[in-house]
Amino acid sequence: MEIEKGELFGLLGPNGAGKTTLISILSTILSASSGKAFVFGHDVGSEQDAVRKRIGIVFQDPSLDDELTGEENLDFHGRLYGMNRSVRRERVDEVMSLVDLDDRRRDIVKTYSGGMRRRLEIARGLMHMPCVLFLDEPTLGLDPQTRRKIWTYIKELKVTYGMTIILTTHYMDEADRLCSRVAIIDNGEIVALDSPTSLKRELGGDVLQLEIPVGIDVLMNKVQTIDEINRIKSENQTLSLHVADGESFLPTVFKLAQEVDVAVTSVSMRKPNLEDVFIKHTGREIRDESVTEAKERIRLFMRRKSK
Amino acid sequence: MVLPLLFLTILGSGFNRYFSYRNNVSYMEFVGPGIVGMQLLFASMFGGLSVLWDRQFGFLKEILVAPVSRFAIMIGKTVGAVTTSMVKALVFLLAIILGGLVNTSLIGFVLTLFFMLLISASFVSLGIAFAAKMEDPHGFQLIMNFIIMPIFFLSGALFPLENLPYWLNALTLLNPLTYGIDGMRFALGGHNVFSPMIDAIVLFGFWLGASLVGTVLFKTMPAS
Repeated sequence: MEIEKGELFGLLGPNGAGKTTLISILSTILSASSGKAFVFGHDVGSEQDAVRKRIGIVFQDPSLDDELTGEENLDFHGRLYGMNRSVRRERVDEVMSLVDLDDRRRDIVKTYSGGMRRRLEIARGLMHMPCVLFLDEPTLGLDPQTRRKIWTYIKELKVTYGMTIILTTHYMDEADRLCSRVAIIDNGEIVALDSPTSLKRELGGDVLQLEIPVGIDVLMNKVQTIDEINRIKSENQTLSLHVADGESFLPTVFKLAQEVDVAVTSVSMRKPNLEDVFIKHTGREIRDESVTEAKERIRLFMRRKSK
Repeated sequence: MVLPLLFLTILGSGFNRYFSYRNNVSYMEFVGPGIVGMQLLFASMFGGLSVLWDRQFGFLKEILVAPVSRFAIMIGKTVGAVTTSMVKALVFLLAIILGGLVNTSLIGFVLTLFFMLLISASFVSLGIAFAAKMEDPHGFQLIMNFIIMPIFFLSGALFPLENLPYWLNALTLLNPLTYGIDGMRFALGGHNVFSPMIDAIVLFGFWLGASLVGTVLFKTMPAS
């Protein structure tokens, strides 16, 4: 797998798929158990310092010093990266205004909200002008409004600096909205790698979902003979059909249903999303909603506890 | 800093009347350097363990991805922890000198600072070594109960080591803090047991060993 310079690349997968592990290896925190990885031509195993100089990273879990002000956190970071005083001051001003924290920069981080901390961490990752920025689940546990704000910052980075950005997420819409290419990871393996548009196109068009209380198998046998349908799936009382052009295919389905005398109680049609792509490649849903949310609650709880 | 203060004032006052050691050495005079050593031991060990908190709060990752050598990070941690523990212990040192509990000269004072530095550096390194190996701060209590307290009680900080039962005496001889406090006693009134040269050499050796182990463990420590 190769990621181009200036690309906004997404690593997509359920919790535990290996996204953070991959980021940890690329950022020299973990050493790879096998294989090799390079960041701008530098081996992450043997040229750690060269790699570290070129990367910025926003970790999944908080990594700020709570007792310092926002400004001090950034300044400390600048020192770690060997920036001199005037450059540090200049950069602090710039990144603070980028994430709209100008008015809170002299406040202690303890008093920041979750969204503000995240923004500060993004600002910190940008302090030393890295060639590539890793964002590990940048919007995990944030409210929709803050998420949208962070998306804006990320897009801005790409436009203004032309920075290479690698983002991990398990939110499908996030990857869809931001990334020029995504890799779908499951159990530590890349199962798909392409732009969101072509990944969705591969699915074979729109998804028609028909609710059929009785006789779903009968209709399924019938539609299997139709060439226009790319994929068929039946689940409980719902029949899902993937067709290139959903609108014009709809009447055909009704005609077929009438021929075999099966009643359709409701119909919905939607454009495919990355969730469908994931299901196609792994054969299961990206997340069992309840399990993930419980996990997230635990994570948030642990975060609060660690403060 | 409360615990050493309580030991010095309450325990010191209480034992003062029932204490007889050599030629009229008062308990306050005897225990003064011990309390300085106690403060150094506690502050230094916890200073070293601060690596553990950095890891717990995720801040360690921020430092470990920076283009800074692991060795420099460890040195920085050590110097920082030594500084804070020295400042804390210095408060007690000045208190016992200004309070007239111990007699010392300028040379004695400088020599005391030298021993304090050795004690602090030794136990900071030991703390870092433990922090690098421990999973989370819950092991803290364990460290407190099974490492710091025995080191403190077996160091001769609170009572003279002469005439101890044989097995206890052997344990105190294995304790680096024994030599640190003995060195300080030499510099603060001359109530030492060993030669100050031996004190310095043993402490220096321990510091070298602890920092070596600490460095190796620190370099291979996980970031989170």
